Amino acid sequence: MSVVLDRLREMFPADVVSTHSDFGDDTALVRRERIVEILAFLRDDPELLFDFAMDLTGVDYLGEEPRFEVVYHLYSLEKKRRVRIKVRLHEDDPVIDTAVTVWPGINWFEREAWDMYGIVFRGHPNLKRILMYEAFEGHPLRKDYPKAKRQPTIGPEE
Amino acid sequence: MAVKRVKDGASGYALTTLESLVAWGRKYSLYPFTFATACCGIEVMGAFGTHYDLSRFGAEVVRFSPRQADVLLVAGTVNYKMAPVLKRIYDQMLEPKWVISMGACACTGGFYNNYTVLQGIDKVIPVDVYIPGCPPNPEGIIDAVVWIQKIIETGAPRAAERWPIK
Amino acid sequence: MAEPFQITTMGRTPDLQAEPMLINIGPSHPATHATLRFQAKLDGETILDLVPEFGYLHRGFEKESEASTWTQVVPYTDRLNYVSPLMNNVGYAMAVEKLCGIEITERCKYVRVIISELSRIIDHMVCVGTNMVDLGALTNFWYFWKPREEVYFLIEELCGQRLTTAYTRIGGAMADLPEGWTDRVLAVCRGVIPECIADVNALLTKNRIFIERTMGVGPISAKDAVALGFTGPCLRAAGVPLDLRKDEPYLVYDRFDFDIPVGEAGDTCDRYLVRMEEMRQSLRIIEQAVAQLPGGPINIDDPRFILPAKAQVYENIEALMNHFKFIMEGVKVPAGEVYSATEAANGELGFYIVSRGGGGPYKIKVRPPCFPLFQGIPHLVKGQMLADLIAVLGSVNIIAGELDR
Repeated sequence: MSVVLDRLREMFPADVVSTHSDFGDDTALVRRERIVEILAFLRDDPELLFDFAMDLTGVDYLGEEPRFEVVYHLYSLEKKRRVRIKVRLHEDDPVIDTAVTVWPGINWFEREAWDMYGIVFRGHPNLKRILMYEAFEGHPLRKDYPKAKRQPTIGPEE
Repeated sequence: MAVKRVKDGASGYALTTLESLVAWGRKYSLYPFTFATACCGIEVMGAFGTHYDLSRFGAEVVRFSPRQADVLLVAGTVNYKMAPVLKRIYDQMLEPKWVISMGACACTGGFYNNYTVLQGIDKVIPVDVYIPGCPPNPEGIIDAVVWIQKIIETGAPRAAERWPIK
Repeated sequence: MAEPFQITTMGRTPDLQAEPMLINIGPSHPATHATLRFQAKLDGETILDLVPEFGYLHRGFEKESEASTWTQVVPYTDRLNYVSPLMNNVGYAMAVEKLCGIEITERCKYVRVIISELSRIIDHMVCVGTNMVDLGALTNFWYFWKPREEVYFLIEELCGQRLTTAYTRIGGAMADLPEGWTDRVLAVCRGVIPECIADVNALLTKNRIFIERTMGVGPISAKDAVALGFTGPCLRAAGVPLDLRKDEPYLVYDRFDFDIPVGEAGDTCDRYLVRMEEMRQSLRIIEQAVAQLPGGPINIDDPRFILPAKAQVYENIEALMNHFKFIMEGVKVPAGEVYSATEAANGELGFYIVSRGGGGPYKIKVRPPCFPLFQGIPHLVKGQMLADLIAVLGSVNIIAGELDR
């Protein structure tokens, strides 16, 4: 079995909901309450040493409950391992603690998840839109945002 | 091939000698402002490069200030965040000015039909020449510059004079 | 916002009250490669604070891909990093193949390596060329465009397009290599490309002006680079020898003998040197790959993923139906999620794909290598001068298509 997932289950037995290693990717679905602790543990534990936060994204599973999912991809430079951490959030409460204190490089990834999906990162220093313009309303990558619904800044509507 | 010019009441069949001289000077010394946003920008660089050499046509001096340019070459996708910037740049250019819309994204939005892409720059500024392609060959850019030169040479009305299209 | 601060000279405070100036650079600015914007707080020429802004080329790659079939996403991937489009095609195809659990043919792996390395060379040429234009050294730009055009001829022969190639497919490629293509590749890789690299090297590397302009400009330590999420040449210039081709070998990179250049100070000069050396190493890889290139089919023999042969489509009803289903509904990929990363020219290009079965993706997230790099720019230039920002920005190689998607 996977060293990473075993260690994670060993240290946070109550928070890890499920794990799998489909397609060769170690994945753990965890609860959001102690997410910062879990991520800091993954970064600092001498057997794991996940010092790179490669990616953070949101996924919208419209129709499922809980609807949103925040996915972290981590990489360990020394151990040359990857892990994926997922957290599910409810539609009416898409709030999760920010991981900026653990890896400063994850700052803009969180801003993008806010911009595209509307996931709020509690404690983020600057949670503003990053890809879209400020006047844009809504969160475009949500499944219920129609693809061609335009909000033109200038020019005709269509 | 001269075009009937209807402006200022002067309905001449051909341009006067002085106007021809001015047109000759203008067309062989176009100063492009390359508003290159995306992939088409790389082909613009290729057009100015040594294989395709746009300087043979006089349009070598690229000016990065709209105040000093006369052709606005919009190369690449313009989205709603960038569109006000484009309009402002266009407004800052001095008359007479021409606009070349290069590539499918600038002409009609390309294959991006979504919440963020402006479906063609002619929604916000008048365009004289459209170059289709994704991205067009640098030869397409040369073709467009030659078209602009023909427009200048014959005194044909610019797109700005029929803008906005009713 | 405007807090006046005192200038003290020799212990005495003069009567002047100066405030830091807030200026806007971009988004339509030649040195920001268009579409990037900075709001800089300056004290004279020194940058006190820098806020970068982007999104001026956001084209909705993810939303478009959710409405397309698996193969229809390939043209969208070319336009991510548009100076090395073949690498994006390869990265995407690898991610979907990982999800499908299929293993492509040996020949296809070698071909993908060759095209990836060619793309890496042309990407580094654009980076160094445009970086030098921003610093005023225009000749290198023209020198580098010449081999780029030669490589474009090769790519055009391969897939019909110079820039937006859409070459790879799930399970293989669009078409096999044309007759004699590998000989022409070797001719270019032994002729024009090393000559131009040598020319530019002769012009720049020991040039006093270049060294003064780039050494010590925009340095970053290895620890900070890792914390900020840097990957690629910028990380290697800072001293961290991370390269996915060596650390997590994909395709057939483990069969080749090549080196990874690693810098020390992480400044602009190191980034330039790392890129130049990487180009030379890519030439080595291409030589070895062409020498080892096996014969055989380029596509796997699996009717679930590969279009049937045209002759069959015209004669056989099953092949016709198969073809029809592929085009109209898309390749059927199993449900699941996968993250696949390749070493693109700028760093780790990751594709996180979520599939719910069916002909098109449920979600594709691209992890662009430029994203953390652009985030780290204020860190690189704080306390330096405005002209240094331009040098650093060029050397970090921000491609807006990838950054904004």
